[in-house]
Amino acid sequence: MTRPLSAPLDVGFDYTRSTGPTLGRFLTDLRHRRVTGIRGADGRVHVPPLEYDPVTAEPLSEFVGVASTGVVRGWSWIPDPLEGQPLDRPFAWALIQLDGADTALLHAVDAGSPDAITTGARVRARWRAARVGAITDIEYFELSDEPADPPTDASPDNDVTMVVTPVNLHYTHSASPTEDPFLRGLMEGRLIAQRCPACEKVYFPPRPACPTDGVPTTDQVELSDRGTVTTFCIVNVPFLGQRIPPPYVSAYVLLDGADIPFLHLLLGIAPEDVRMGMRVEAVWKPREEWGPTMQNIDHFRPSGEPDAPFDSYSRHL
Amino acid sequence: MREVAVVGFAQTPCVRETDGTTNGVEMLVPIFHEVLGGLGLTKSDIGFWCSGSSDYLAGRAFSFVSAVDAIGAFPPIAESHVEMDAAWALYEAWVKLLCGEADTALVYGFGKSSAGQLRRVLAMQLDPYVVTPLWPDSVGLAGIQARMGIEAGLWDERAMASVAARSRAAALSNPLAQLSGSPEVDELLADEYFVNPLRRHDCAPITDGAATIVLAAGDRARELCERPAWITGFEHRVDSPSLGGRDLTTSPSAVAAGKAAGAEDVEVAELHAPFTHQEILLRQALGLGDDVAVNPSGGVLAGNPMFSAGLARIGEAARRIHDGSASRVLGHATSGPLLQQNLVCVMEGRE
Repeated sequence: MTRPLSAPLDVGFDYTRSTGPTLGRFLTDLRHRRVTGIRGADGRVHVPPLEYDPVTAEPLSEFVGVASTGVVRGWSWIPDPLEGQPLDRPFAWALIQLDGADTALLHAVDAGSPDAITTGARVRARWRAARVGAITDIEYFELSDEPADPPTDASPDNDVTMVVTPVNLHYTHSASPTEDPFLRGLMEGRLIAQRCPACEKVYFPPRPACPTDGVPTTDQVELSDRGTVTTFCIVNVPFLGQRIPPPYVSAYVLLDGADIPFLHLLLGIAPEDVRMGMRVEAVWKPREEWGPTMQNIDHFRPSGEPDAPFDSYSRHL
Repeated sequence: MREVAVVGFAQTPCVRETDGTTNGVEMLVPIFHEVLGGLGLTKSDIGFWCSGSSDYLAGRAFSFVSAVDAIGAFPPIAESHVEMDAAWALYEAWVKLLCGEADTALVYGFGKSSAGQLRRVLAMQLDPYVVTPLWPDSVGLAGIQARMGIEAGLWDERAMASVAARSRAAALSNPLAQLSGSPEVDELLADEYFVNPLRRHDCAPITDGAATIVLAAGDRARELCERPAWITGFEHRVDSPSLGGRDLTTSPSAVAAGKAAGAEDVEVAELHAPFTHQEILLRQALGLGDDVAVNPSGGVLAGNPMFSAGLARIGEAARRIHDGSASRVLGHATSGPLLQQNLVCVMEGRE
């Protein structure tokens, strides 16, 4: 059996988070090449600062400046860095106890070789030239007994209150064994549904299992490209990525022989004239544009047949 | 107080990569069939359903909703989900049964780790302000923890390799395991480092898989199962998310969960330790002596299906009660980085 269709899926988005006063202070100070911790209930200085004491849970507020030099307390060696990591050459992840701190900060150390780094090694921050108020304002740490670059003058009027973290993840998305013939069918202009062996409902698009019976669907059913509008809405609101200027009609279309309607675009009729029960037919894109996608059907349009009686689709609403 | 027992358990084979979708339906349908069929139940006999999975692992939103197709949720069912290992879903279901809101529950977890890059996906569970932006990978973090224990004299690379060797040997009797064999410790130590001080054998493999457990209360449990695994202690605890703010050579949350759940005097313990040194750490944190059979299934070093591996530990431990080979067992699950969150479930068989 051939493997189901699969394709790369890249998921990318920015998380934008408010910092609150504690992390905001930490990130603001990083911009000025200063590292700031906070004193815990037991007197220990936590770097990065914690909002609440990890033992007593009381709110913490006494900021303490620490050095941007320190000592490696533990490390591992990354011979093949992954996307997004601080260095694109082999480096060490390390827990670094900065001078004046009692806890350790996680960051990268540019040590060149695992033979060059040891627990107890002295390191200093390598500050980024263009700092934005993020943990990545420290590019990495380097092995050194020397002080790091000195702090810059603080400009108190523009504190960091938000932090943007881009996330990019990569997947291989696989179609299910039941979606596969559906997608391959679309490439040939055919509409392939699946029938549940238990309840005999016909699903288009197919699903890996019948949601009523929990059993995989097994029988393929080829459907025509005509159907009935079960319900619809008139889209008046513009949104990001919209392909057609509003107003237009999004309709649930129940293909003849199917038991589940799907959402598609309805054109060729004024929105105010669209009705539940209206008979429609698919308008396909030119064959050379077809792929494994429902977008091969550009839209539906009225077929001119008389409206379907309510009873014929009332169970599919 | 009602008593609740594990009465059924099923899991998929642990494999490096399945052809299925990330919503798990293809993996779940057969194990639901197996666990319900084995108990003579149908879906309408289940009072509560609860699952554990992750959208970051699946690379799609609400993947757990698509997974419900595997149940056949009509007429409507009582259902819940945790974005954690399904061992925590089991905890939710256990509470539901204790409260008398249901007499039976089916809990499941699933994950297709092969779809993405697991080491990067797991960065999404770290502190989003000061840690995730560096994209620390799960193996790199574990390497720091392993080294700290080595340098503190708590374990060494040979002891770590011994854990891997024992896991693979134990997995020879587990037909669902992904990795098994009879490697010599010296052979393993001859390998080069993967992420120094870790070698590949120190790290659980990347695994696709799913698991399910059926819980039942009181007389219902006795009807369904000749020898139910009665839950006598079920606790979970969490440590600070600040990686550099806690002692990584131990796990206060595992110590506390073990103490609260009554981890003593168990004969078998299935530990959710994705890295060899973490098994040594957990044995110590839970006070498990040399007389305790640890991970007779091979544990997650032999197959680590994300979001169901912890649930499967409890299932594997319960199985030793069901088959009469043990009378008091422990299942452990972990979540978060470097054993940050720990759950302990102690079960007993009764004559």
